[in-house]
Amino acid sequence: MEEIVKLSGVKLIYHSKNGENMAIRDLNLSVYKGEFLALVGPSGSGKTTILSLLAGILKPSEGEIQTSFDLKNKVGYMLQKDQLFNWRTIYKNILLGLEIKGKITKEDKEYAKYLLQKYGLGDVMHKYPPELSGGMKQRAALIRTLVLKPEIVLLDEPFSALDFQTRLSVGEDVRSIIKSEGLTAILVTHDISEAISICDRVAVLSRKPATIKNIYDTRLNEGTILEKREAQGFSELFTKIWKELDIHEEENMFKGTSEIPTDTT
Amino acid sequence: MKKKICSKEHQKYLRIRRSKSIIILVIQIALLVFAVLLWELLARKEIIDSFITSSPSKIIQTFTNLVGDGSIWKHILSTLYETIIGFLLSTAVGTVVAILLWFSKTCQRIFEPYLVVLNSLPKIALGPIIIIWVGAGRGAIITMTLLITLIITIINTLAGFTAVEKDKLLLMQTLHANKFQTLFKLVLPANIPNMISCLKVNVGLTWVGTIMGEYLVSKEGLGYLIVYGGQVFNLSLVMCSTVILCFLAGIMYATVAILEKVVKKFFNFEI
Ligand SMILES: Nc1ncnc2c1ncn2[C@@H]1O[C@H](COP(=O)(O)OP(=O)(O)O)[C@@H](O)[C@H]1O
Ligand SMILES: [Mg+2]
Repeated sequence: MEEIVKLSGVKLIYHSKNGENMAIRDLNLSVYKGEFLALVGPSGSGKTTILSLLAGILKPSEGEIQTSFDLKNKVGYMLQKDQLFNWRTIYKNILLGLEIKGKITKEDKEYAKYLLQKYGLGDVMHKYPPELSGGMKQRAALIRTLVLKPEIVLLDEPFSALDFQTRLSVGEDVRSIIKSEGLTAILVTHDISEAISICDRVAVLSRKPATIKNIYDTRLNEGTILEKREAQGFSELFTKIWKELDIHEEENMFKGTSEIPTDTT
Repeated sequence: MKKKICSKEHQKYLRIRRSKSIIILVIQIALLVFAVLLWELLARKEIIDSFITSSPSKIIQTFTNLVGDGSIWKHILSTLYETIIGFLLSTAVGTVVAILLWFSKTCQRIFEPYLVVLNSLPKIALGPIIIIWVGAGRGAIITMTLLITLIITIINTLAGFTAVEKDKLLLMQTLHANKFQTLFKLVLPANIPNMISCLKVNVGLTWVGTIMGEYLVSKEGLGYLIVYGGQVFNLSLVMCSTVILCFLAGIMYATVAILEKVVKKFFNFEI
């Protein structure tokens, strides 16, 4: 498999007037073309920071990020909420990224319309975001990144603002869109079932400063999210990952020791 | 809003709602008419001294005289001119300064204390300085208007700019937008409702500025008429000018309110 992103020995320190804050240390990770990778970790562990590094918004304090593509133009980023602009129609919202890149060709417009049509937003593309359901808006947000023809799509807890039912169907939508476009994607979440059911591999992160504790192959079957949730091996994987996550220490931890992650594998 | 065929019950609800607004309007008008009539009656029966309080009929008399000899237009136009110029200038300059400050966090921090102090200063205190520096003419009046409205415009507009959602800014960052793109594609459109409510505040403040300026220096205008009327104890002139002022300010406010509706509809903001 072709490796398109490689992080080696990456460390990131935030500086603020209150001092230094190490969010990531010694992070080694490879992402392969066409895979759907999940990053799970306790909240505040540094997941968003990792995505910011991959999107080129932050530079690592130490270590190296190698990519087979241009970090600035070939990364699609989808945030927690849709962040559609209410003063633009869905279609205009989707062109936002292209406008910023400064060149909207006729093909771009066609492609935007094609994607909208393909993923069930053809009828609403001239409506404004408040007229759409939460799931549709999230799909629109994903299409906004897809029109940029990214090499990799970063998804930062894109479902956490949705209620459970919507979450499942939007999760399924996102997974099938990513797969049918043949894209590489990284999903950040703190929901273990979501990670296993949507993704091909799940990387478990330690508490802050984040580093990778273990990576699991979660290709249980080729089915939908629901089928995967029913699949053999799901609960076994779930338990393994759950035990590996440091969330259990939350209640009786005290600050000093939590900074030193213990490797349980 | 879409029109829908609605149930009997809903029609009834709408009818009650409508008749309620009509009742409110009728009461509002009735109150005004009653107050005016009472004023007139008390003045005629000489229960109040109409030399001090004037009376509606005297005010109308004064108004017809002013219209008759044509002098009123000069005063109205003069005041309107100063107000509109002051309004447009302070809005334009205030917005531009707010944009410049938004561009640079450092500049924002440098100028913040100055803005705060200038904002709390009673601007009328600067009257004599303005007269000496700008001269006792129209310039002084417009300068006074600017002093009163500009600082608050800058403060309010900038506050709106910096209140743009962090996540929306992050979105622009993930798209690698530069500052100009962030300004024109996100910050300005997101701030249209805020900038319009700023306009509404400014309408009131520019009138304050203009009239204050006219009190200080002018030889014409409604503010001048009011001061002059006060000096010669012509209360009817004072009242008449005040009523005209009320109408003009009302019309200007209504214009901005209509502008608000149109712009918000155009940009699809909830009203
Ligand atoms: N801009 C920032 N400046 C300083 N510290 C930050 C900043 N962003 C995040 N952090 C800190 O880095 C750590 C990891 O944050 P984040 O990557 O957002 O975690 P997660 O996404 O896993 O919840 C947290 O302790 C957070 O307080
Ligand atoms: Mg996060």
